[in-house]
Parts: sequence; structure tokens; C-alpha cells
Amino acid sequence: MDLSFSAEDIAFRDDVRAFLRDELPAELAAKVRHHKLLDKADYERWHAMLQARSWLAGTWPKAFGGAEWNAVQRHIFEEECAMANAPRIIPFGLNMLAPVLMAFGSKEQQDYYLPRILDGSDWWCQGYSEPEAGSDLASLRTTAVREGDHYIVNGQKTWTTLGQFANKIFCLVRTDASVKPQAGISFLLIDMDTPGIDIRPIVLIDGTPEVNEIFFTDVKVPAENLVGAENQGWTMAKYLLTHERTNIAGVGFAAAGLAELKRIAATERSGGRPLAENPHFAARMARVEMDLMAMATTNMRVVAAAAAGAAPGVESSMLKVKGTLIRQAINDLTRRAVGPWAMAFPSEAVEGSNLPHPGPDYAASAAPVYLNYRKISIYGGSNEIQRGIIAKTMLGL
Amino acid sequence: MDFSLTEERRMLADSLRGTLKRGADWAQLSDLGVQGALFTEAEGGFGGSGFDIAVVFEELGRAGSTEPVLEAGLAGGLLADCGEAALVEAVIDGSLRPVFAHDEPGNRYDTDLRCTATDGRLSGAKTVVIGAEGAGLLVVSARSSGGLSLFAVDPGAEGVSLRSVPSLSGGYASEITFDKAPARLIGPEGGAQPLIDQRIAAATLALCADALGAMETVREMTLDYLRTRKQFGRPIGSFQALQHRMADVVIEIEQARSAVINLAGHLHAAPAVRDRHVSATKNVVGRTASLVAEESIQLHGGIAMTEDYALAPFARRLIAVDHRFGDEDWHMERFIALGASA
Repeated sequence: MDLSFSAEDIAFRDDVRAFLRDELPAELAAKVRHHKLLDKADYERWHAMLQARSWLAGTWPKAFGGAEWNAVQRHIFEEECAMANAPRIIPFGLNMLAPVLMAFGSKEQQDYYLPRILDGSDWWCQGYSEPEAGSDLASLRTTAVREGDHYIVNGQKTWTTLGQFANKIFCLVRTDASVKPQAGISFLLIDMDTPGIDIRPIVLIDGTPEVNEIFFTDVKVPAENLVGAENQGWTMAKYLLTHERTNIAGVGFAAAGLAELKRIAATERSGGRPLAENPHFAARMARVEMDLMAMATTNMRVVAAAAAGAAPGVESSMLKVKGTLIRQAINDLTRRAVGPWAMAFPSEAVEGSNLPHPGPDYAASAAPVYLNYRKISIYGGSNEIQRGIIAKTMLGL
Repeated sequence: MDFSLTEERRMLADSLRGTLKRGADWAQLSDLGVQGALFTEAEGGFGGSGFDIAVVFEELGRAGSTEPVLEAGLAGGLLADCGEAALVEAVIDGSLRPVFAHDEPGNRYDTDLRCTATDGRLSGAKTVVIGAEGAGLLVVSARSSGGLSLFAVDPGAEGVSLRSVPSLSGGYASEITFDKAPARLIGPEGGAQPLIDQRIAAATLALCADALGAMETVREMTLDYLRTRKQFGRPIGSFQALQHRMADVVIEIEQARSAVINLAGHLHAAPAVRDRHVSATKNVVGRTASLVAEESIQLHGGIAMTEDYALAPFARRLIAVDHRFGDEDWHMERFIALGASA
């Protein structure tokens, strides 16, 4: 039992810290810290800086141009980036599509798409959820019908995060309606500028245009854009889900959020003293901090097991539930910490207002971020889905 | 970064688990070397680290053992700090079972001590001393001219009276009064506080690890019941309302395990760091222990309300966690105070 990092891990962490200190643009970090909307150029700029350091595809195998980090290194990188308020890496191409292409794609697909993910030529978005297929993803109804050397796609995808920036979308589509739902799904790559695709923003409860719905009407997709075999899509979707389960706890984001919360609570005043000294508020903060200390170790236990070669199992579901609850608790306290400033909610999307928030710089995002992060216990398999997985795994019923 | 047990600790845990399954008493635990695992080599043992303590007590808690190992380890640790090598040797071989008499009536979890010792005579009262019944030696904290000090008192000596009642967690809790009882100063006069703080930190770790083991047993019992108990023609574990409650219980037990690891890894850190972890861990484990007790009773239903069903002593043991070495709120307050001064 050894709770400390190895010398190599510490050296790597020092490298990451030095890079973030020297290279992360201050204006980007400030935007992230105050939860301002990042535009496409912000993300592309940060991706390019990471790629220049060969850290964009940290987890990819070296054969595909990655750094081949182990689970501990990946954890260190993600945690340091979160603590430094670096922009998040957009995962759709790098961490979601790429592993699927490496495992199931043709040589031609790998050679064409993977370099374009690294150099930023393509921005991918994810076409999974549909209005009638949320937690029950396998019930999806968007169809792809083979006609000669093309598929004709009809249907609707939704919750497409940052789809407005994307030039490509990977989709789960139904290619066989006569078999059980999971057996008739295929994995298709589609150009967003193909005729018949219509994208509309969905304004969320916090006022941000973060997600979209995408409509497909007789969209003609070359048959070579199929990944793997027809009707093998569900296998790939499941593979992707297990692949995307590290950092599910979001410990780095929670730690950054808690640090910001403490700064706000030390600044805001209540009853003639800092809010942090109000015993009730102090207890709320202490409780979440103690929970986070324990969860960080739970996360490290899973990371260490993964680095030793263990496949992530039911622990991922536990981390998802606890991690999201802790992050939501921190966002809830941050909203409470800004007090009446949360009432000022200038939102271009909701109210057509572009006025500046009247409060201190940390106050503007508190209520919107709190609202936005209600999503994290819903997406990626809702917490209730996770509890069901945990129970079924343990009970074997 | 390595969360696996060393080979030695794994073997100790395995043999301890096997022996405890057959209902090991004090002598058998001593033969197995349980006490030795709580002391460093310099003290005459073969362990003494946070993880040694955690391994031993997780097994004791898992088995529901009521042998006063924690109490002997706590008092024995203080004897070691005071250079009482011969007594420590007797603790390790099992021939001496000492207990630390520290808490006083009306103090709740604070230690504003009023027992006094002058000219080798100790007077005052100690309260809720677990494991004092049948103990061979009392290690008593008291104020002397030099400040807070430790004294060795023979429980059979004139002026010592002991009144015992069964304890919530099994075993006995004793009220002890001293009326000019003969007491031998051990260790540095007036220098007891840091020794006590370190050993109470270790005892808190032991209690938390014990609770973790008890939670594991309760988890298995509850899962087993959910699989086998049938209502409405199907196992009750097939009902989603119960599944989700059980999933939350299991998630929180993993939190408690991580909290125990955190404290074990920082038990010998600088006092301010150590105590921050003591309080965070005790708060989390105390909360979890109550949750696991309450939820396991609810998930079982009526059967868990009976004394005959094996859950009862474990549920009481888990509830008792928050009544020793400071409860959830006491540690919350201390955690906040330590954070503010950090």
C-alpha cells in the first residue's frame, strides 16, 4: 500500500505543470475559470498547442501518433489540466471515435481519419441519442438503407454537443429493423455538409447553445463510411462506452471547483464576516471536501488497478454516481455562495439580453453553471442506470 | 501508487479471517500475533504502520469480534511511548491486557480533564471505559504538578472502583472512580498530550477499519437476503426501489474504504495533517456506518428488528462508531478549524 506517485509519475507531473504554467494562455484559463463560453477557435488553439507537445492524443498507441500514456499518467494529465483551468479536450474525435476506428475501422479509414483528428482538420460530433432513445439507446430509429454504393439516412439525432462546430458526425443508425434492437445497428461516418442535414440549436436551461438536434432527410452517405461490418454497431458503441470510463469521477474538475468555491466564500461577506466563517456554510463546504478526499482515493484505486491491467468494471458506475453528486454539490454551494448575485441572469439566448452581469467576476456563472451541471447525472448513462448496473452486478438477479 | 496489500499483510489478514471465523478468543488472537501487528519492531512488534492497523481491525470488525484488541493496543501504545518495554512485551504475548482510562463524565468528546495525581495518589472519575472489565492494568490520564501525565494503576488496588455495564458495540463499558488510588507516573511528567493525540489517532483508525469490516459483513448479509427473500413471487432484490438503495450503500462503503486508506496513509504525518485526515475519515466513516446500519435494517425488513437475526450486533456496532473518539459533528468542527488554521 503506497499512496504516493512513483518518481517517474512525479517527473511527468512536473512536466505537465511546467507546460501549463508556461504555455496555457492566461486569457483561455480565465475564460474557463469563470465558465465563459469558449468559441471554436479557443478549442482549436488549445488542441494545436497540445498536439505540438505531442500530448493531444496522450492515450493513443504510439503507432497511431499517440503518447501511449498509462492510466496513472492520463489521470495526472487530466487532473493537472483541470486544476490549471485549461480548456477541456473535445473528446468526440480523440477519445470516442478514434478508439473505435483503431479497433474496428479499415486501414484506409485509420489512415485517413486519425491524422485529421490530430491536426484539427476534422471536428467530430456524436450522433447517438434520439428523441425517443435516451437511456434506452438501442431503441434508436434513424435508418440507413443500402442503395447501391450508398446508404440513405433518414431520422433525427439530438443532444449533439457542440455540433455547431462540427464538420463530421459519427452515428448509430438502424440497418435492420427485423431483428432485436441491438442486432440491427450500424456505425456510420457522415459529412455534416452532405445535402439533407439540418442542424438546429437547443438552448439549455442555463441559456447556453451547447447542444443541437440534427435532422437527416434522404442523406446520401458513401458505403465506405461504414465502420466495421453492417449491424455490428452496438458492439462498437459498447466498446466506446467502456473505453470512455476513466476520469468519469471528474476529480480534477471537482478540485478546481472546490478551490474556486473557497475563494468565493472567503470573499463574500455574511453577518460582518467572511461567508467561509459562517458555521453552517463552513459545514456544507467541509462535508463536500471530506467526501472529495475519499472519492479522490477511490478514483486512484481504480486508476492504479487500470494501470496494472485490470478492466474497469462496476467501479466506473460507482465513480460516475459519486463523482457527479460531489461536483453538483460544489456547484450548488457556489450558487449559494454568491447570494443575491445569482438573481442577475443576463442571458442572450433566454432573454435576448447581452448586458454584463452587475456582480463580481465570479458571480455571473454561478447560477448558469449550477443549472448546466444538472446534466452530468443524466448523460453518459443516468445515475439511475448506473445504480441498476451496480445492483445487477452484485445481486446477479 | 499501489493499493494492494503486501504479502505479509495479506497472509495476516487471511489467517486472521480464518481463525476469527471459528470464534477466536483473546488467547488465540495473541497466538496469531494480532497484538504484535500493532507495534513497530522497535517496540517489540512486527508492524505498527497505519496499514498494519487497518488490516487487523478490518478483520476483527468483519468477524464481529468483541475482544478488546483496540483497547489493549491503545493502552499498550502509550506504555511503549513511556518506555515500559517489559509491559509492552506482555501486551504483545497476550499475558497482559491493559486499558486506557481517559474520558471523563460530562465532557462528551472533549478532554477537559479533572482527574489529578499528587504524591503517587490519583483521584477522580473516568467514564465509558471500554474493555476495562477484567483488564490487568489501567493507564490513566491525570493532571499532576507538571501538567497532563500518564499513570499506571492496578485495577485491584485500594481506592479503585469499577462499575461495568454491557456496551452498545459488545463487551463492557465501565465507570471508574479513583479515590487516592496508588498510581505510578509513567513517561514524561506533563508531556502526555502529544503521546495521547498520536495514539488516539491510531485508535480512531482502528475503529474506522473495524467499522469497514463490519460494513462488509452487513453488505454480504443484505445482498444474500435480497437474493433469497421472496415476496410477490420474486426475490425482493429484483425490485428497483431496493436495488437503488443497495447500490447507494455499496458506493458509500467504497467511500469509507478510501477514507480508511487516507487515514492509514497519513497516520504518521505531521500532527496538523494527521488530524485533518483523522477528522475527515472519522466523519465519513461515522456517517457511512450509520447509513449502512439503517439501510441494511430497512432493506431486510422486519427480520432485522429481531435480536435473533445475526444482523443485530453488527447494526449496533456500526451505530456505536459515532459515539467514540468524536462523532460526525465533532470531527466536522475540528476539520473546519484545522482547515482555517492551515
